[in-house]
Amino acid sequence: MKTFQGKTLSWRVAEGTIELLLDRAPCNEIGSATLEELEQFVSALEALQKDSHALIVSSARSEGFCAGADLRELYERSQGLRAVERLSAVRDFLERIHRVMNAIDSAPLVTIAAVHGVTFGGGFELALACDLIVADKMVRFCFPELRLGLIPGFGGIPRLKRDLGNALVRDLLFTGRSINAAKAQSVGLVSQLVAEGGALRVARATAAQIGKFDRETTVAAKRFIKAIPHEELRREIDIFCDLFTRPAVEAGLRKFVESVDALPYLP
Amino acid sequence: MTSLEQTTDEILRLASDHFKVPRAELNPSDDFFKKLGINSLQALDLLTRIEQHFHIELPDYELQGVSDFRTLAERIQSRL
Repeated sequence: MKTFQGKTLSWRVAEGTIELLLDRAPCNEIGSATLEELEQFVSALEALQKDSHALIVSSARSEGFCAGADLRELYERSQGLRAVERLSAVRDFLERIHRVMNAIDSAPLVTIAAVHGVTFGGGFELALACDLIVADKMVRFCFPELRLGLIPGFGGIPRLKRDLGNALVRDLLFTGRSINAAKAQSVGLVSQLVAEGGALRVARATAAQIGKFDRETTVAAKRFIKAIPHEELRREIDIFCDLFTRPAVEAGLRKFVESVDALPYLP
Repeated sequence: MTSLEQTTDEILRLASDHFKVPRAELNPSDDFFKKLGINSLQALDLLTRIEQHFHIELPDYELQGVSDFRTLAERIQSRL
């Protein structure tokens, strides 16, 4: 399927580049509907990549790239379930989203996240699964999970550590603060920093440049330098599940969902 | 060295320009959420513009409980 229009995302292929566009109000929160369509995309990717050299992931939402997991759905779906059922449901979700992230991470083409605005939690983790991040200067990256008594669950810690090392991982995790595009570029997270509204255009130009090189060589180079940290990703799921059933987490989720605070995104 | 008054004035001009509120209507003691009519995501946008303008890093947890321009200016001043 060369084009797809779903409820939360769409994709198309143009000039050898697959463009995956997230579009779910308010800011592409990843819940079950997005997960199902990401799974459809990953299934289609095998056929799409035969005629493509690059994948661009971007957002149609003005608020940002992606605000992370759909915490409202997570909280509401867990109501009325016994602890063991809640745990089973969350583990199943994590296993599925990890398969999606791993497929994007290891896809035999060059993947580019074109990000702007809020790129938090699961959205940050999706960007980290990509090979390159092209960032609008108004982007903010953040791992807010510890404020809920959780760790990032979509592969964020192992992937950030793979790319940048432990010091920044600890800073972002332990403080929950968000960092801007200039900081992200200075630490090596962002490969290109662009003017407001310009990330997709620059990502397309980057994809066109990538397409000039021999595909087989590019894929060989990617496989050589970008190993997936499978063992740490497995441990991440286990730690997340160990933490998830604690009453403090449910209380944290409830507080977030019911928050009328002017700044619910702040740590 | 930039004074607190200068920093406050620069924030007010920045907010006025970006959120299209006349500068004359903004005062240092105003609640910027109410006066600018912004939500939490737009507050992050303001934070990014402030960081860019003053060439500073301002961790967002330092803004907890801050809602008026003058206190915001004090937080910025401590990073200049």
